[in-house]
Amino acid sequence: MKKMITIAAILAVTPLAWAADDALYADFKAMMDASFRSKGIVDKYRMYQLDFQKACSQDKDPSAKVMQAIEAEQLKTIRYPADGQYFGDWKQGEKIATSGKGLTWKDKTPHNNGGGCYNCHQLSHHEIAYGTIGTSLLEYGKQRGNSDEVVKYTWGKIYNAKAFNACSRMPRNGDAEILTEQQMKHLMAYLFDPNSPVNKK
Amino acid sequence: MRNRTAQFVMAAGMIALNVTTWSPSALADAATDEIAKYREMLADGNPSELVAAQGEELWKVKRGTKNATLEQCDLGLGPGVIKGASAQLPRYFKDTGRVQDLETRLMTCMETLQGIDTKELNKTKWGKGEMEKMEALVAYVVTESNGHKINVDMRPAQMKKMYELGKMAFFYRGGAMDFSCATCHGQPDKRIRLQDLPDLREHKGAAAGWGSWPAYRVSNGQFWTMQHRLNDCYRQQRFPEPIYGSDVTIALSVYLAANGNGGPVLTPGLKR
Ligand code: HEC
Ligand code: HEC
Repeated sequence: MKKMITIAAILAVTPLAWAADDALYADFKAMMDASFRSKGIVDKYRMYQLDFQKACSQDKDPSAKVMQAIEAEQLKTIRYPADGQYFGDWKQGEKIATSGKGLTWKDKTPHNNGGGCYNCHQLSHHEIAYGTIGTSLLEYGKQRGNSDEVVKYTWGKIYNAKAFNACSRMPRNGDAEILTEQQMKHLMAYLFDPNSPVNKK
Repeated sequence: MRNRTAQFVMAAGMIALNVTTWSPSALADAATDEIAKYREMLADGNPSELVAAQGEELWKVKRGTKNATLEQCDLGLGPGVIKGASAQLPRYFKDTGRVQDLETRLMTCMETLQGIDTKELNKTKWGKGEMEKMEALVAYVVTESNGHKINVDMRPAQMKKMYELGKMAFFYRGGAMDFSCATCHGQPDKRIRLQDLPDLREHKGAAAGWGSWPAYRVSNGQFWTMQHRLNDCYRQQRFPEPIYGSDVTIALSVYLAANGNGGPVLTPGLKR
């Protein structure tokens, strides 16, 4: 919650292109407010925006200054594993990467979600049903190695992608409580384990 | 009709089989090819013909407290004119003072001509009760625009404003996953898993995306209206539910239709 206040301050001095027409924007907000209703596990309040979501709601990215401010705030949300243990079981990681389920109004609980990684990324040698919204992560560990720096960055990216690219299309898996710490550890193993099909043919 | 449906189900089975036996590298392209093939196969028999035939019957049935038919319904081209009407929707209607898409305009006709309480639709599941009737009517009406061109009249100030609101809605990020329509439909040549995603900001993608809906969906054997398509995209966006016929759905429809203006109308479409 604290992070919203500082970003709000920056955004206030950097008006958005379309906020220039205040009357139109007021109508837009009223329209959105009147157009949605709660359903299943998705409460109506979910449509109201966080400040960074608002700043990223245009065809082009906001200014570099706004982007940097958002990234700095999002970076603070990242929690690294308290036990220093970054890797779980790659086999479970594969299941989490493949499952795109969770957090829609058809889902029963908000606590049992997939990562949906394959919706956007190529990951392994054998899974060809991958999306292309994100970059290819094929042979991720093999190509980047497992230095502390790479491991920490990757954890951070999965935890909160907006810390590295303010308007990234990738969800904030840790910060937005989409995945648990344990699930993210499994995904890390999937990306880095030499025996995972991400790295081994 | 029954024959066609049988053929159709068989084709769906064939695809499922092929998907499991083909070599991985060829699969992505092949699956797209196969769908194209199978559209060809159905060129003279889209399963929504059955739904449209029900809609045509329903159009002429006396219903509601006024015991009237829909035959005098004005979809924008004058009372009773259906040919080409949905190719020109959404449109600004002077009588209601609103921009309306096909479904909200049909609601107006049901209310004013027939005295049917359309608030029920809001509580009805897709494919059930009054909603099933709405779907049939939609299938009937859009079949009569097949082969026309998308032709929405963007001159009225109300349409221009709806376009701007629709554009804002298109880029509006929120929800548990920070998604907007643009997350999935805001870049050229992307796909989610194996499904191609049209870039709806541009003419080509919008024409293909808007011009081929409403559509029959092979994967679940259902006829989907445009309201249903948008509803399901908002579900995938992890948003709360857009209310049936609400302004955000109309604004988005104006944005899509105007971007696709001039493109071909191929309705009812046939989809995965
Ligand atoms: C909706 C799209 C989307 C989803 C879902 C998604 N990503 Fe991403 N991801 C991206 C995009 C786009 C990038 C490129 C950088 C950016 O814009 O943030 C990216 C970048 C990355 C990177 C950094 C790659 C690099 O070269 O630095 C990693 C690691 C990653 N994603 C892992 C994952 C994992 C693991 C999941 C599933 C839990 C996932 N992503 C889900 C869109 C997505
Ligand atoms: C998380 C991904 C995602 C989001 C967000 C999303 N869509 Fe979609 N959309 C899809 C997928 C996947 C399809 C492919 C159709 C299917 O389900 O078979 C699709 C199909 C469509 C189509 C039909 C295209 C065609 O050629 O058949 C339209 C139009 C559309 N979406 C509009 C929207 C609008 C407007 C929004 C925002 C309110 C939106 N979508 C948000 C994933 C998404």
